[in-house]
Amino acid sequence: MNELSSKIITGDPRSIARLITLVENNEPDAVESMRQIHRYTGRAQIIGITGVMGSGKSSLIFELALAFRAEGKKVGIIAIDPTSPFSGGALLGDRIRMTDLSTDNGVFIRSMGTRGMMGGLTSALYDVVEILDAAGMNVILIETVGVGQDEVDIVKIADTTLVVLVPGLGDSVQMIKAGLMEIADIFVVNKADKPGVEQTVAELESMLDLVSNVERRTPIVATSVKERKGIQLLISKIVEHQEYLKRSKIFDRRRRQRYEAELIEIIRKRLMDFIFDEKKLKNTVDCCIDQISKKELDPYSAADEILGKILK
Amino acid sequence: MVKKIRVLVAKPGLDGHDRGAKIVARALRDAGMEVIYTGLHQTADQIVNTAIQEDVDVVGLSLLSGAHMTLFIDVALLLKEMKMDDVLIIGGGIIPQEDVPGLKKAGIAEVFGPGTPVEDIVSYIKKNVKR
Repeated sequence: MNELSSKIITGDPRSIARLITLVENNEPDAVESMRQIHRYTGRAQIIGITGVMGSGKSSLIFELALAFRAEGKKVGIIAIDPTSPFSGGALLGDRIRMTDLSTDNGVFIRSMGTRGMMGGLTSALYDVVEILDAAGMNVILIETVGVGQDEVDIVKIADTTLVVLVPGLGDSVQMIKAGLMEIADIFVVNKADKPGVEQTVAELESMLDLVSNVERRTPIVATSVKERKGIQLLISKIVEHQEYLKRSKIFDRRRRQRYEAELIEIIRKRLMDFIFDEKKLKNTVDCCIDQISKKELDPYSAADEILGKILK
Repeated sequence: MVKKIRVLVAKPGLDGHDRGAKIVARALRDAGMEVIYTGLHQTADQIVNTAIQEDVDVVGLSLLSGAHMTLFIDVALLLKEMKMDDVLIIGGGIIPQEDVPGLKKAGIAEVFGPGTPVEDIVSYIKKNVKR
């Protein structure tokens, strides 16, 4: 095992941070460590927190992290904010709500930009989850960017997905039914100190009445970070969900889904790297042009051959 | 490979004015950098821990309360102690000219006062980032 990997499995913050940067930048140096740490993963509980903009996801994560810390668990937090499609830059401000955690050695927080990835996540996220898992985090909390309707990719990674809403969205509960509605393992109605909580909860309940799958009804938890209410209830619902997953074997299926999505993402990245490495592509293509001109090879067979080489 | 410059913009100490820090943060974002903003009232410990976890290339400190000779230097010392020598440290805010040499000696690479065009900060970072 290389030095970086062995430091990561002891939980060394600088090494964790370093490898995350390497995978974010898609640097070849990251690959060896990613290979080595994989067998140290699989122990962390992964919780995704998604929901509309301004619903208090960061503050809720702060409270959840405090509660998990009180149980003695090590907590990794990945906070994703949008990358500007124009400048490529990003303002990552989720830590503002988590200041009190930044000197706790049992907490590792990393802010990430989406860097062009759709679906509310970032392409390196699978790797970052593996890194934090291998580093001994018991719980990994992932905050997606504020989402609207179909940014639902978080379900490919998380064991438990929380969908956070706030009172007063009115008909927007209707609007979210297609995407977010289907991915929620638990609904959180945050900012429950504001008027209209009962209505939002009722709207969700009536939506759930229409769902035919009654094996497990999605719980709804009203929370107020401001009044510190509902957090313990939310934690107990998370625990219940974990038990349900394990009991029903859905857990294994979800983990398989994650590895599938991760593998596809690695392949996608490698293909993109190849395609956008114009020099490499041109060299490969050049080899066939002569043969095509001499009618020794037709373009379609040449394409098969080149793709075969890439995919090897 | 898509290397991006990551910058931590931090407000150390008991100073509640972060308009300048936010303007700089936005300008750096618009220049294609990833900017982590900590919010107000940060201790040196908090800033350095954040810099480690976020693996930033640059730490930008903003302070208008007059405590820069203590707080900027605390952050610089702690970064050095944690072996984060390859991080570029810059400062801004209300910093009297006569304090600048002392800050530079302590490891603050450059100090940007009021009226500095943001483009100057962007190009300074791009030119001087150490990794």
